[in-house]
Amino acid sequence: MAILKFTDKGIYCEQGDFYIDPWKPVGYAVITHGHADHARWGNAAYLCHELSKPILQHRLGEIQIQTLPYNKEISINGVKLSLHPAGHVIGSAQVRLAYKGEVAVVSGDYKVEHDGISTAFEPVKCHTFVSESTFGLPIYKWKAQARIFEEIKNWASDNADQSKTTVLVAYSLGKAQRLIKNLADWGDIYVHTAIANLNERFIEAGVDLPPTIRITPDIKKETLQQGIVIVPPALADGRWIKTLNQAATGICSGWMQVRAGRRWRSADAGFALSDHADWPGLLQAVKATGAEQVYVTHGFTATFARYLNEIDIQAAEVKTQYGNEEEEEIELLTRESAS
Amino acid sequence: MKRFTELIQQLETSNKTNDKIAALVDYFSTADERDKPYVIAMFTGKKPKRPVSTTLIKEWAIEKSGVPEWLFAESYHSVGDLSETIALILPPPEKETDLKLHEWINALQDLTGKTDVEKKSFILESWNSLDTAQRFIFNKLISGNFRIGVSHKMLVNALAKQSDTDSNRIMHSIMGKWKPDEVTYKELVEGFHVNTDNSWPYPFCLAYALEITPDQLGDPADWQAEWKWDGIRGQIVKRNGELFIWSRGEELVTEQFPELHFLKEELEDGTVLDGEILSVKDGNVQAFSILQQRLNRKTINKSQLNDAPIGFFTYDLLEYRGTDLRAQSLKERRILLESTLLNLKTSGIVLASPVVSYDSWEQLAAIRQKSRENNSEGLMLKKLDSPYHTGRKRGDWWKWKINPYTVDTVMIYAQKGNGRRANFFTDYTFAVRDGENLITVAKAYSGLTDKEIKEVDTFVKKNAIEKFGPVRTVKPELVFEIAFEGIAESKRHKAGLALRFPRIARWRKDKIAAEINTLDDLRQLLQSTLSS
Repeated sequence: MAILKFTDKGIYCEQGDFYIDPWKPVGYAVITHGHADHARWGNAAYLCHELSKPILQHRLGEIQIQTLPYNKEISINGVKLSLHPAGHVIGSAQVRLAYKGEVAVVSGDYKVEHDGISTAFEPVKCHTFVSESTFGLPIYKWKAQARIFEEIKNWASDNADQSKTTVLVAYSLGKAQRLIKNLADWGDIYVHTAIANLNERFIEAGVDLPPTIRITPDIKKETLQQGIVIVPPALADGRWIKTLNQAATGICSGWMQVRAGRRWRSADAGFALSDHADWPGLLQAVKATGAEQVYVTHGFTATFARYLNEIDIQAAEVKTQYGNEEEEEIELLTRESAS
Repeated sequence: MKRFTELIQQLETSNKTNDKIAALVDYFSTADERDKPYVIAMFTGKKPKRPVSTTLIKEWAIEKSGVPEWLFAESYHSVGDLSETIALILPPPEKETDLKLHEWINALQDLTGKTDVEKKSFILESWNSLDTAQRFIFNKLISGNFRIGVSHKMLVNALAKQSDTDSNRIMHSIMGKWKPDEVTYKELVEGFHVNTDNSWPYPFCLAYALEITPDQLGDPADWQAEWKWDGIRGQIVKRNGELFIWSRGEELVTEQFPELHFLKEELEDGTVLDGEILSVKDGNVQAFSILQQRLNRKTINKSQLNDAPIGFFTYDLLEYRGTDLRAQSLKERRILLESTLLNLKTSGIVLASPVVSYDSWEQLAAIRQKSRENNSEGLMLKKLDSPYHTGRKRGDWWKWKINPYTVDTVMIYAQKGNGRRANFFTDYTFAVRDGENLITVAKAYSGLTDKEIKEVDTFVKKNAIEKFGPVRTVKPELVFEIAFEGIAESKRHKAGLALRFPRIARWRKDKIAAEINTLDDLRQLLQSTLSS
């Protein structure tokens, strides 16, 4: 019997009686990472990586939660379970399951390039691999992040020369911390409250995150103009940005790779910086697992699965409700501003 | 080419006209002298001969990138632009070259006449020495299709600003006949060549849609009303024994309309007429769907000449005996126009577009309601004392169109958009009822707000029934009011008819699928347009 089942509640391990990243409430949920499309409300009990715990508590409130470090194996109803770095955001994990010699890995979201802040991705050998394919087209090939950060810094310096305020748009969980870590040597970084809240949790949990300044109404616009401002996507077109001194907005997202993506967002600059694997990254990750069967959960699922089959890796697409980080993030911000 | 690549990126990342003009001015102040005329040629749609076919370019890109053809096609669908897809899908370059833009263009032109093997080796070598952004530009140079949101007018304004020259002169100059390898930038902005050129048209005067009620325009006696024809706006230029017919898109369409060639003999030299190219039979204007048979064809057969004969309804005279009349009032120009037409020996083909007479705005409003009866789209209101403006200017010319036709339909298919909407379901197919069945009558892409697009997108994702490649069949539930400009018979469509310029007018959340229109409703409408 297969170790994984795809049900209308989420990915289910029947032998262990637990779900991975369920989208409907279940008894026991193993969570790959803290993004809202993977970690949802209403489960009776949660298991996640120790660095995901502060995020889950922050986002979901008082919940029953158990944690694991990477690479430590436990047993649930006879199924061996361990977490392995997925390199997507801080605390993100691939979930490895082993039962009677059969091994499956559910990777959640991942990227193979080390971003300097999340624990770097580690390939895990398995029979069955569950993969995302957010950027599962060969047009998505990221530049090395060192080059992208150099471009961002140059752009910020140009803005400063023209008395413009540099505003970077990035997800509050993941992309924001990655920017902070890699841009800290450029100058002061001012962050939106939603990002500042998460940062505090990370620092409490022992993450080595450079200091940032929480944006409050009493910070002068002239002061913000000297540094880099980071806001979540929901604020990118908001009124607040218009109150800044000549804001120049730069969106940091893999979708910026394509001109259409840049135009659609009407920003002043787009940087193709993603926390998801690009096409070569997806292929590299899948091949490294040695898996006989691959399930593709979200993104360009049909395309990626078909290609894998053509290169003799058996693959199928499955319907899930992952892959809308952006909308979830907006929902979250609405809640935060209400509270 | 780096500087030009930078310009394109600047033009693409801003949607503010002033930023774009600033980027253009900066470019024309700093770029290589020899590059500048090429850039102007490109932005005004002067295409050099295509040196390599799309098929070959695509084939070589697929081969070089090592992806299967279907995967290339999927990528293309997601990106929405072939040049860009190729730029992104190829492996990273191994070398670097820094040729000037005009050097690349000339190198590409030199490929003409070479063998495919030679062409291929040059293209692959070039791809391998350019980064993604420059590769995209390089591919655009091959195709010649540069569409980056710079209108002629915007370019002209930038050139005028950069060179401190009158914009009308620049518009004339760049619209005339010239070759980028034969002129300098300085000559071009000074318009050295336009006096010796017989063909140049004047920039069209364009009207805005009337958003107020006409009584706010003041005294009806100050205005001239004409029918707003639904044809092809055209300018007929006769100078030094030569005849040219220009379309609104600043294309020469002289060859397409042999019925008008008699003007070469009958019009006086130094005459320029502005008006509408229409299909006119027995003095009556026919529906646009009939004129359409005559458009963009290389050859015209006898039955087309017979079924869709061409006429020209002229409403303005821009040049008379070689003198530019545009500064004179409409009233004066109209008098000269009518006397010019009196001198034509051939009758019934080139006619003065009738002036609609009226005493009050109320009376005119009643006349406007009957516009469809003569296959017009409503009325034009022009101030009698107004000059002929360059381009679109508010105040003197107004389009007072009648409302479009509408039909209530249900959405049955959805497809992800191209280009900037590549990740949302934005392209929809709509159907009307025919007994028990739903029959497709229109596809539409625009008309919804971003918020509505997201809402429909979510509906499609939750209610998809079947999947055919990128297309989803969805539950027929969402009702949309489709507006359209005309209706024509069509053998290609299952419905037997086709709507012209359909777009979403409203999302009818107040209606259910049972309340949509029927195919019979549309057939009746079709009959009524053909019999008039």
